[in-house]
Amino acid sequence: MVTYIVRRLVTAVLILFGASFLVYQLTALSGDPLADLRESNLPNKDALMQQRIENLDLTTPAPIRFFKWLGGAAQCIVPFFGRCDLGLMLNGEPVTQALARAAGQTILLITAATVLAIIIGISLGIITALKQYSTLDYSVTFMAFLFFSLPIFWIAVLLKEFGAIGFNDFLRDPQFSPTSIVIGSAFVGVMVVLFMSGTWLKRIIGFAIGAAVTAGLMVLLSVTGWFTNPGLGPILIALTGAGAAYLVTQLTAGVQNRKALYSALIMVPIGLVGYYVLNPMFGGITTLGIVLLAVGAILVGCAVGWLMGGFDRGQSMRAAALAGFLIAGIVVLDRFMVEWPNYFNNGRIRGRPIATIGASTPNLEGNWWIQSLDTFTHLLLPTIALVLLSLASYSRYSRASMLEIMQMDYIRTARAKGLPERTVVMRHAFRNALIPLATLVAFDIGGLIGGAVITERVFAFTGMGNLFVASLAPIPDPNPVMGVFLIVGIVALVFNLIADLVYSVLDPRVRVKA
Amino acid sequence: MTTANPVTPSGQAPEEPSAVVLKEETKGLSQGAIIRKRFFGNTPAIVSMVVFVGIVLLAFTSIGFAGIPGWWKYNHTGFTGQVNGGAPTFVHLFNWGDHPFGQDRIGRDYFAMTMRGTQQSIMIMFVIGAVGGFIGVVVGAVSGYFRGWIEAVLMRLVDVIIIIPLLLLAAVLGRIAGQQVQGNAATIALGVFVGLIIWTGLSRLVRGEFLTLREREFVDAARIAGASNTRIIFKHILPNAVGVIIVNVTLLMASAILLETGLSYLGLGVKAPDVSLGSLISNNQEAFTTRPWLFWFPGLFIVAICLSINFIGDGLRDAFDPRQKKFNAKKAKDRGVHGSATAANVKPSGTTPVQGSGGTAQPGTGQP
Repeated sequence: MVTYIVRRLVTAVLILFGASFLVYQLTALSGDPLADLRESNLPNKDALMQQRIENLDLTTPAPIRFFKWLGGAAQCIVPFFGRCDLGLMLNGEPVTQALARAAGQTILLITAATVLAIIIGISLGIITALKQYSTLDYSVTFMAFLFFSLPIFWIAVLLKEFGAIGFNDFLRDPQFSPTSIVIGSAFVGVMVVLFMSGTWLKRIIGFAIGAAVTAGLMVLLSVTGWFTNPGLGPILIALTGAGAAYLVTQLTAGVQNRKALYSALIMVPIGLVGYYVLNPMFGGITTLGIVLLAVGAILVGCAVGWLMGGFDRGQSMRAAALAGFLIAGIVVLDRFMVEWPNYFNNGRIRGRPIATIGASTPNLEGNWWIQSLDTFTHLLLPTIALVLLSLASYSRYSRASMLEIMQMDYIRTARAKGLPERTVVMRHAFRNALIPLATLVAFDIGGLIGGAVITERVFAFTGMGNLFVASLAPIPDPNPVMGVFLIVGIVALVFNLIADLVYSVLDPRVRVKA
Repeated sequence: MTTANPVTPSGQAPEEPSAVVLKEETKGLSQGAIIRKRFFGNTPAIVSMVVFVGIVLLAFTSIGFAGIPGWWKYNHTGFTGQVNGGAPTFVHLFNWGDHPFGQDRIGRDYFAMTMRGTQQSIMIMFVIGAVGGFIGVVVGAVSGYFRGWIEAVLMRLVDVIIIIPLLLLAAVLGRIAGQQVQGNAATIALGVFVGLIIWTGLSRLVRGEFLTLREREFVDAARIAGASNTRIIFKHILPNAVGVIIVNVTLLMASAILLETGLSYLGLGVKAPDVSLGSLISNNQEAFTTRPWLFWFPGLFIVAICLSINFIGDGLRDAFDPRQKKFNAKKAKDRGVHGSATAANVKPSGTTPVQGSGGTAQPGTGQP
């Protein structure tokens, strides 16, 4: 195993060396760095040209310039040397600095999108595989193909127009019109029908109930002015928390397991107590506080499950921990809603919260809640766009993988020995269906770091893709291009290695060759 | 240890019912005929094919191509006076008006521009498919068949190219291509350059296919019969790998069209005054509130082309590799009812003899 990893790493270094040489030469070849000055009629044209020639070191041939650059870049891999020289940008800023800033933005942009796409995509794939050849299956398949065929810049403009500008206009006077109530409730009704199975009568009843509930909710939200002053309150927290606890138990242990169900439900009053006790401390909270809250909720859940006892404590602990995590999330969500009017009426926001460009509002003052809300409203649209695009491949792959698994002999065995369908699906099929997806996820993360170029451009994120294109297009400047390439290439190689190793850990039939 | 297997003597019904069910698929058709039949039975794929051919015909006949004039009265560069504030005059299918897709800010006919963009996208797509497909197949076939140091070298080359992000490499190469030539030649050069780097995934798939096929008996037989390497590759292995190749080249083309529009959007693909679907959207996205049609039409054409190619690819995959098309319980049930009354007995009759023989021959193991 160690031999294998070492051999892979050595190959990776060689590949990286070859590829970086290639990229450097291509960048140098890609255009005339003096083109704009040649055509200009500035009086100090010659001096400017001379300066740029010196900055870019154009008197040295490109292959030799590469090795000069490599001499500086090689210092980065020497540990504890404290020096990392990737050269200077055209404006004199060190590439390492610009790169650190850009990488931060890119990671901010893709993290939430990747996690959401994986969760939603895999759930959709599993559900459609279990309901193969149903209306739901066909519609999800069609949607997957459609999203797969959408250019991101096109969908981004649509999102900006209808998601941001339209929603902001709506927030000025948050009353649903009768038409939108009809459309909204019909939409929810159709969704209910798609997820249901059974006779047509059952489906019609499902449609009616779904549509009626939605219409009632929309009217209620309009009348109470919920959108200007949102919030959940203790009663709604308790209700949604109980729902979440029930759902989590159903998925992890099955509601027949009373101990697990009760330990998950016990988390609801604990969450409410925490809500009142912690509320005064929420004002000055930081990211660390939120992480501690999440960890605390999980630990309390584990403790409750353990104290419930019974023959299988693990199941109760798992159910209670997950329920605790979700309830803590609901409490935090409520707190965000309480802060919403402050954010909405902030002088820098002026009642148009959903942003179309950038990663944050400049010069926005406020506590952690306000700042997080600001990040959230800026990330909302690019995240939706990225999720829609990567959703397609995840749902397709997980569907195919799940279908393959459901035909296996051990699934038949599991059913034959009388296991409930939930256990068969969640424990025998689902886990095995995830194995091929682990590699896909690893490859995807490797590719996404460099692949969000267009998304960054559309939403004016100054991330790595933007840095790359900006240093390539008018004046080719190899240093930042190489910096971006190094990060993208190293991440891709490392994740490829991780993918291979994870595969052999998850699936003992696959052994790595030493 | 012996699990008492109830050996039912009723399991004498032979497997005729399933034979009845499968009859229509095994009626002595050639491989090609079976595949064609499966493909033409796939409604979404056929609809997509019709849509795609329609778009190609519309794009290439309307404004003409490579000097051959088309039936549309304007071209994508000529200025026509502003009519109707540039709004689309399309009324219905037989009344297009003067400018069915409207006009852009400076009064060029937008239908002609969209058609020119569609031409560019389709041209680039086919060039990328041909170049990328050719290189991918050759590299994959050679490394999969010959193994050894050839495979090592070629696969390291694939590793080098694959870690360079596609968009980044295409941007550099597309820029070089755009500086050397103009017009249709520039478009083709862009396609060739992108094709030069997009083949890596395909070559890995083809290599994998060749690695399994070269160990098969028919290859040994051919080798013993004295066939040369060239003959084995072209006559014996390639026809068996053609399904993988066709399907993946189709999907390659679908991603190529998005790559091209993305490049043009970033200003690295097709250069002005020529237009592509991507550059049309890029130039007009600010005008969305005032002239939304400038944004809608090219976008709809991209989506239509890409969607139809994807569906065709999916249909081809189902046709070439029926393992991918999973068992449809509903259809099988319908077929069973029509096929034979004994269809319900298929399962027990199929399994019982195996269990029976296992139980009697090796009573100690209990493992059928």
